[in-house]
Amino acid sequence: MADRNKLQLRINGRSYALDLDARVTLLDTLREHAQLPGTKKGCDQGQCGACTVHVDGQRVLSCLTLAAQVQGRSVTTIEGLAAVDGTLHAVQAAFVEFDAFQCGYCTPGQIMSAVACIQEGHTGSDDEIREYMSGNICRCGAYPHIVTAVRTAAARLQGDSA
Amino acid sequence: MRTFDYIRPDDLNGARREASVAQTRFLAGGTTLIDLMKCDVESPVRLVDITHLQGLNEVVVSAERIHIGALAKMSHVAGDKAIQSQAPVISQALWRAASPQLRNMATIGGNLMQRTRCTYFRDPAAYPDCNKRSPGSGCSALEGMNRNHAILGGSEACIATYPGDLAVALVAFDAQILIRGDSERLVTVDDFFRLPGNSPDIEHDLAANEMIIAVHVPVVPALKQSHYLKVRDRASYEFAAASAAVGLEFEDDGKTIRDVRVALGGVGTKPWRAHAVEQALIGKRFTERLLREAARHAVDGAQAREHNGFKIILAPRVVARALMTAGGLS
Repeated sequence: MADRNKLQLRINGRSYALDLDARVTLLDTLREHAQLPGTKKGCDQGQCGACTVHVDGQRVLSCLTLAAQVQGRSVTTIEGLAAVDGTLHAVQAAFVEFDAFQCGYCTPGQIMSAVACIQEGHTGSDDEIREYMSGNICRCGAYPHIVTAVRTAAARLQGDSA
Repeated sequence: MRTFDYIRPDDLNGARREASVAQTRFLAGGTTLIDLMKCDVESPVRLVDITHLQGLNEVVVSAERIHIGALAKMSHVAGDKAIQSQAPVISQALWRAASPQLRNMATIGGNLMQRTRCTYFRDPAAYPDCNKRSPGSGCSALEGMNRNHAILGGSEACIATYPGDLAVALVAFDAQILIRGDSERLVTVDDFFRLPGNSPDIEHDLAANEMIIAVHVPVVPALKQSHYLKVRDRASYEFAAASAAVGLEFEDDGKTIRDVRVALGGVGTKPWRAHAVEQALIGKRFTERLLREAARHAVDGAQAREHNGFKIILAPRVVARALMTAGGLS
């Protein structure tokens, strides 16, 4: 047995070969080993949502996920959301348009959570948006604008697919 | 965090074999275990990742029984249409717990194994004394900040609150846990969780080489007319100050209570079935006055410490309101 793991990870469509201590979380892997610092470390204990990423399309907390656990799975971070030509994802654009942040530290997690929230179909009302965005804490208190951005992005994305 | 070996077995027997080595933990969603390893509360030397095992994540609702595989994710079970219509209390207890991200990670088996949020238990550096972590060392909560601690089922060794929601719904409806060891066995959820007594370090009826395979819930009429009410310090993403899982079945007159189920969360050292409330309601006519009188029995035997006396007032109100909602009175 080895307490280090040779891992082949798939992040934002790219393959990464890494040799990591077993203790390294997905969050630290992204920030320290894959040069993807967009995912933020807030509480580092599963209480704030700043580290939210998608694994196989599902939103999860990268601070409570070991890198070894996502071997063979597909990871998407905030860096992987915009189009190749730099066009922002509809949720990113809505966050900019509606000023849905102040300091911006929680924003990558908010956006990754919002993209999943819309895909899950939990944007039927502002109350439902608040409930299903509750795993992302914003200490600046930008919540009203975040709800507006999520509601608007959801309407635009659903309009596109209709 | 202490270093460990990460092991990914191919099948269930391989996983159990790996787990027979001392200081090994099964790793599923990791939402409790990785967190507690960061707090230095848990320090396993081997982690056996069971999330890739096949055939353990099914949800099957039949006329007699609901089967939920141990590796089914909380979010998956909460959103299952058959669960939502046949057992609303289970769906509600799940989606009112944790956050969407955590519910996408955490499994049903892991949910049953989640450990207390007692702040003293979670902070060994600042509070070395904890009978749950180090048997015999003492309890910092007894005379400490104990607003979130249990009023039911505590002992002089430990008053840590059981934090979960799902298990509260499960004990209300006599659910059983299917466990695989050298052979397979069923244990009721009520018996699976142990009172702290003099050994709060032993929390479950589960041996080291045993694994939770599934949860079985018997289907009864009261399960369809069930409800989970969770009262807490903020509207979402918070543990219960007090919660109630309830279910009702009426006689043909639509007013007389034939069967009723009541269990409480956020107030006990384990998920707390309130048989005395049920006994005070069966055969009686369903009125708010009756509910409020019967609900007082929810806190029979309760003992408050310095800061948690409010739970003795709150818990019966939560029970009464949950029953009113389930019975269409509110």
